[in-house]
Amino acid sequence: MNWILHYNYWVVIFLMMTGLYLVFARANLIRKVIGLNIFQTSVFILFISAGAVRQASAPILSESITSYANPLPHALILTAIVVGVATMALALALIVRIHEAYGAIDDDLIHRQNGES
Amino acid sequence: MLAVTAIALVRLHSLFAAAMLTGIYSLLCASLFVLMDAVDVAFTEAAVGAGIITIMLLGTLALIRESPDSKEPHRLQILPMAVVVITGAALIYATRDMPAFGDPYAPAHQHVAPRYIEKSGAEVGPPNIVTSVLASYRGYDTLGEVTVIFTAGVGVIMLLGHRRKDRS
Repeated sequence: MNWILHYNYWVVIFLMMTGLYLVFARANLIRKVIGLNIFQTSVFILFISAGAVRQASAPILSESITSYANPLPHALILTAIVVGVATMALALALIVRIHEAYGAIDDDLIHRQNGES
Repeated sequence: MLAVTAIALVRLHSLFAAAMLTGIYSLLCASLFVLMDAVDVAFTEAAVGAGIITIMLLGTLALIRESPDSKEPHRLQILPMAVVVITGAALIYATRDMPAFGDPYAPAHQHVAPRYIEKSGAEVGPPNIVTSVLASYRGYDTLGEVTVIFTAGVGVIMLLGHRRKDRS
């Protein structure tokens, strides 16, 4: 039963597709950003699960421990989380500006206004 | 549990509830990271994901005062669903070639990671290997990260600060 050991990828793919669906199907811009957030988190989980080692411990040096988790993905994802917050802040600021310009945060309504003007 | 929260996020009608649920989702992610021995990442995710992102979402909602049009009932859309399901199936097919979860001989653990684990204590100093990698071996990444945050901060100020001057 080798395939059951890939369940971490299945969780990642499910979350990724949920986020993608939110981005595709929802007209509301804030929901799209939340979808992007879910997508992003699924990538974090993918990297961290790639760095996990069976029966290892957290990568903090200690005399009594011989097996550590891979520290490299942890460092990469720490950077990625912070960058994600920065992009999220920018996206939300854009949404606030769009709401000021159009009075709506709904994709369809914004397109309708653009068509009329 | 993460999957359930994600589905709830898709189904929720109220934007406010969705914002709060995003926080819960991030907290669940953080506990998952602890389970996978990534304590530093879990700290960051709990502080940043559950804290700052929730606050930013709530702040945005307060600024735009949720327009009534966003309450329209959601129906399942066929085309996006089909695209998502097909992509997901293709990705799951691709995982057959991936190394198993927790496999100590996976390619990811063969390259520079063993060197970091063996030598970082002597070369850099701090017992936390992630700190050593972040601050020393991959210091340029952290510099780039700071640049990105700075750029995003400038962008937010340009988008929102300008408006306040107009209004006053």
